[in-house]
Amino acid sequence: MALLEVDHLSFRVPARPVLDRLDLAIEAGEVHALVGTNGTGKSTLAYLIMGCEGYRPDQGEIRFDGRRIGDLPLHERARLGISLAWQEPARFEGLSVRNYLTLGRGEVDAADCLQRVGLSPADYLTRMVDKTLSGGERKRIELASVLALAPRLVILDEPTAGIDLLSIREIINVISTFKTRGGAVLLITHREEVTRVADRASQLCGGRIVCSGDPETVAASYQGRACRRCNGEECDDDRAG
Amino acid sequence: MTELDSLLQVLDARGGDRTILADTQTAHMMASGHKLLSQRQVPGLELVAAETPDGITARIRVARDVQLTHPLHLCFGVLPAVGRQHIEMSLVLEQGAALDIVAHCFFPNAEQVEHVMDARIEVGADARLTYTEGHYHGPWGGVTVVPKAIVKLGKRAVYFSDFSLTTGRVGKLDIDYEVEADEEAVVELTARVFGHGTDAIRIREKLVLAGRAARGLIKTRVALEHDATAEIIGITEGNAERARGHMDCMEIVKDRAVASAEPIVKVTHPQAKVTHEAAIGSVDHHQMETLMAHGLSPEQAVDLIVGGLLGRQETESVIKFPARPANAASQAR
Ligand SMILES: Nc1ncnc2c1ncn2[C@@H]1O[C@H](COP(=O)(O)OP(=O)(O)OP(=O)(O)O)[C@@H](O)[C@H]1O
Ligand SMILES: [Mg+2]
Repeated sequence: MALLEVDHLSFRVPARPVLDRLDLAIEAGEVHALVGTNGTGKSTLAYLIMGCEGYRPDQGEIRFDGRRIGDLPLHERARLGISLAWQEPARFEGLSVRNYLTLGRGEVDAADCLQRVGLSPADYLTRMVDKTLSGGERKRIELASVLALAPRLVILDEPTAGIDLLSIREIINVISTFKTRGGAVLLITHREEVTRVADRASQLCGGRIVCSGDPETVAASYQGRACRRCNGEECDDDRAG
Repeated sequence: MTELDSLLQVLDARGGDRTILADTQTAHMMASGHKLLSQRQVPGLELVAAETPDGITARIRVARDVQLTHPLHLCFGVLPAVGRQHIEMSLVLEQGAALDIVAHCFFPNAEQVEHVMDARIEVGADARLTYTEGHYHGPWGGVTVVPKAIVKLGKRAVYFSDFSLTTGRVGKLDIDYEVEADEEAVVELTARVFGHGTDAIRIREKLVLAGRAARGLIKTRVALEHDATAEIIGITEGNAERARGHMDCMEIVKDRAVASAEPIVKVTHPQAKVTHEAAIGSVDHHQMETLMAHGLSPEQAVDLIVGGLLGRQETESVIKFPARPANAASQAR
């Protein structure tokens, strides 16, 4: 049994279906990359797995550790060990980085988490998680915050978006850290070098996984637009209506 | 127990430090109701206080170029359930002086208490004043707090004020501050209030940027729950070349609470600029979900967001997070 099982998941927004009977399985301890063009529904899948408000499947099922989690509210899924580092993380007035990373859990080593994402604890622990952080700093802190949770499954929604090219390697190392600590990762990314850290990859197109396998094969399929389902036509189509 | 002991006990309970009373380098004044309990002036800071039938009058003056390193502590309160305290304060910082004031206001048992503050403040040229006022109210909501201040800032003067009433029931609060800033003066007025029950909050702050390149910020943070109400009026006038003003008001409302914000901007000089932003609404959804994805319950998430907005850092004590089972990773296999 896989840690996360997504079966025949469908979800539509007012104008059109985004996910259409999508199947996906992620094993415990696996880093699984998810690729797909803008607007194909990668973040939508993340929100459905996490249980965000307004994201109830129209059809299909999500199981975590064999348990159906479709009816659980977001925080209860988090307490089962699922977490999400957002594509665009929220900002909080008056909340320090230290408190954001620990959230009252005494055992968290906030300084270590910061160091792993390339931020100096001396400079950042007392900063606020507010508008004053740069985009890249905020992304790194989001990554550090989920690292601090030691989740069993973490969804990283474009963890390298906004990260400078010199530091991509650091972020890749953090992704590996989740794995070495026994966690699984659903890694949403547009960068080929990042997919290489994954054990497996899947390509999303037209609402379904159209190609799944080792990262090289999937990257080649994705780059060559050789999507088995739409043959390269839907991948850059807006599919309105 | 004497009244002073009682007030000190409340101060201790709020994390205050009673040793400041014995410190000969630290100026202070303590008043309970209309009784003056303790006071000290220090070289360069003159403090003359007297009792009136329903309160205290105080005259505070910091001499020219005296920059005090220890803050002046003011401790006011009404400890019984019923009472009135009217403070009339005149505060003058002469040219080049600097002073930090930390004011503690305690109304822990108030059922029918009125606290009125009438302050006239003058901050001379190149002088610097910070005024931090923290209120600690009891659970009954029987307090009426009416702080009024008229502040005049000289050239290049700096004035920061930070008012917070986030512990206990507010009762009725009616703040009225007016600040006039001369050339290159800098002023920042911050107010943070948490209203519950039927608390009624009114905050009116007016900033007149009268001198060239005067700068000002009015920042208001209010959280309301139950049937509390808040009316926030921010007024900024830009009347001189390169005067810059900004008003930033955020209010979070829950339950049946009602909030309003009214920014009033008046600019009489073409090279002055005043901006404002106001956000009133329920707790931000994305913030909520971010914290819930970290395992916080919706209630914990709201507490943390509101606490941050109100400038409190209480995560350590408030949030209990379920520990991850030690064998979680192996279970998964
Ligand atoms: N509430 C909504 N109403 C209308 N359309 C929506 C809504 N939510 C999502 N969509 C649409 O669903 C599609 C999938 O969005 P999603 O954010 O999942 O894309 P993505 O694959 O993460 O894209 P990107 O690579 O740009 O992050 C997009 O076309 C988006 O505009
Ligand atoms: Mg996305």
